[in-house]
Amino acid sequence: MIVGKQKPFEEIWDMVKGFKKIFVYGCNTCVAISHAGGAKEAEILASMLRMKAAQEKLEMQVDNAAIERHCEPEFFEPLMEKVRTYDLVLSTACGVGVNFLSERIGDIPVYPGVNTTFYGAVPKAGYFVELCGGCGNCVLHMTGGICPVVRCSKSLMNGPCGGTDKGKCEVSKEVDCAWYLIVERMKRLGRIEELYAIQPPRDWSAGTHGGPRRLVYEHIMDLEEEKKPKAGGSAQ
Amino acid sequence: MKSGSNLEKVIASGQPAVTAELGPPMSADAHEVIEKAHKLKGFCDAANITDCQTAVVRISSIAAAFIAQREGLEPVMQMTCRDRNRIAIQADLLGAAALGLKNCLCIAGDHQKFSSAGRLKGHPGAKNVYDVDTTQLVGIMKKMRDEGLQEGGDKLEVAPKYFIGASWTPMGDPMDFRPYNLKKKVDAGADFIQTQGIYDVEIFKSQMEKARNLGLHERTAILGGIIVPRSAMMLKYMDSSVAGVTVPKALIDRMNKAKEAAGDDKKKARELQEAEGLKITVELIHQILEIPGIKGVHIQAIEWESAMEGIVKAAGLYPRPQV
Repeated sequence: MIVGKQKPFEEIWDMVKGFKKIFVYGCNTCVAISHAGGAKEAEILASMLRMKAAQEKLEMQVDNAAIERHCEPEFFEPLMEKVRTYDLVLSTACGVGVNFLSERIGDIPVYPGVNTTFYGAVPKAGYFVELCGGCGNCVLHMTGGICPVVRCSKSLMNGPCGGTDKGKCEVSKEVDCAWYLIVERMKRLGRIEELYAIQPPRDWSAGTHGGPRRLVYEHIMDLEEEKKPKAGGSAQ
Repeated sequence: MKSGSNLEKVIASGQPAVTAELGPPMSADAHEVIEKAHKLKGFCDAANITDCQTAVVRISSIAAAFIAQREGLEPVMQMTCRDRNRIAIQADLLGAAALGLKNCLCIAGDHQKFSSAGRLKGHPGAKNVYDVDTTQLVGIMKKMRDEGLQEGGDKLEVAPKYFIGASWTPMGDPMDFRPYNLKKKVDAGADFIQTQGIYDVEIFKSQMEKARNLGLHERTAILGGIIVPRSAMMLKYMDSSVAGVTVPKALIDRMNKAKEAAGDDKKKARELQEAEGLKITVELIHQILEIPGIKGVHIQAIEWESAMEGIVKAAGLYPRPQV
C-alpha cells in the first residue's frame, strides 16, 4: 500500500491561512492505515485548523469528510458539488489523490496535507517499512524476494558495497543491508550460485526515468465503450 | 599493454607494485594537489586521486589527476557511481583519456548521507545517481576500450585505453560472498584490484586463498590495502566504525603502549605513536606481499603523504622500478 505521513501542522497552516472556506478531504484506504489521512485524521486536522484560526482571530470555515478512495472517479461523484463550494481543498489523500482531484474539480486549488512517503507494509502496528520502489522492472525472482532497487541505499545490482557493517547499511545502523539479507536468503534457498552471474546495466526507462508512465488495456477500454448507450441508438 | 600506464608496466614486470593515495582539497586552489604530488612522486608507481570521498565536495578526481600528472606523478583517477549516470560517466572517461589519464578505479562511492561521518555538513539532502554499479561500470569501461563501443552500442572513433581497477572489501559482510563479489568484478574486466585496509592479515590470507581457488589472482593484479595508522585512537575508530575493517587487539595494544611511554608529554606521545604506526605499516607490507597471489600494496597515508618516503624505503621498496 501507499504509506503517507501528515505534514507538520505549521507547514499546513502556512499553506492554508489565507483561505476563508476550507474542506479537509480524507481518503479511507492506504493513508488511513498509515494514520495520515483517513476520516479520523481529516477530522482532527480540521479541528486543529479551527482552533488555530480562533487563536489567530481569523475568520475561517473548516469542514471535513472522507471518501473510500481518491484514485477512482466514482468515489468522488456524490460529494463533488459540495466540495466545489469551498475556496480550498486540503487533501489528506496521497499525492495520487491530490493530482486526480485537481484534474477534476475545476478552478479550485487542492493542497496536500500529507507527504506521500513510500510503498510499504505494516509488519506490526505503528511500524511501516518500504519494500518496493515501483521501478517497473521487477527482479525479485533473482534476489530472494528482497528488493535491491529500493532496499539497497545505492540500488546495487551485483552484490554488497564496502559499506556493509555487521549486516547494516552505511547510511544508518538502523537500516539492514539489503545485500546481506539477499545473500543469506539465497543461501537458505540453495540458490546462492544465481548471484554469481553479472547483472548488466538496467533499463531504468520502465521507472520514472522514462517520463510519466501510463498503462493501457485497450480491450477493457473497448468493453467499457460498448456498454455506453450509442448516440441515436438504444441502450441494450 | 592495455593502457601503457606506469602502473600496468610495473605489474607486468612482476615486481611488487606500490600505489598511494592523494585526497584533493575542498578548495579551488591547485597548490595542495601539487604539494601532495611532490611528496608522493618517486615513492609509488601511481597514486589514487579520490573522487569526493565521504561524499564531501572537493576538486574533482579528473582535474586533480590531471594536475598530478603534470607534476610527474602518475594518477589513478577514481570514479564513483554515486554522482554520474552512464552518460556522464562515459563522457568523463573520454575526456580524461583525452587529457592523457590512463588508470581508473571504479567504486560505488560513499553514500551522500555519510557526509564525512558527521564531521562536516556535506550534502545529505543530495539526490544520488547509481544508474550503474561498480561491476557494471567496469564492464562499460572494458567495452569502450576493447570493442570501441559505448554502453548503448554506438561506436567510438577512438577508444579510451584504460587500465581498469576496482576496489574489494575482503573482510566485509557477508564474508563468504566477498570472493564472488571480487570474481564478478574480474569477470567484468577489472585489470587490478585495490583492497580495503587490512590489519588482520590472518583473515585476509583465508580470503585470498578463496580468491586463488577461483583463479582470480591469475586474471587480475590484487594490491593489498594498508591504511597507515597514526594513533591508538585512529586504530580504535577504524576497528569500531569503518566497515570491513577489523584491527587485532595486539596492534591497538602496541599503539597504546607507545602512547603511554610518553607520559603526559603530548608531543612525544604523538611522535612515539607515529613511529610505531610506521613500524606496523612496514610489517603489514611485508606480511601482505608474502601472501601468494598478491601483486603489490596500496598504501594510504591519509593526510600524511610525507610518510610515504620513509615507508617505502624502510620496506625495501625503494627505488621504484623504471619500466
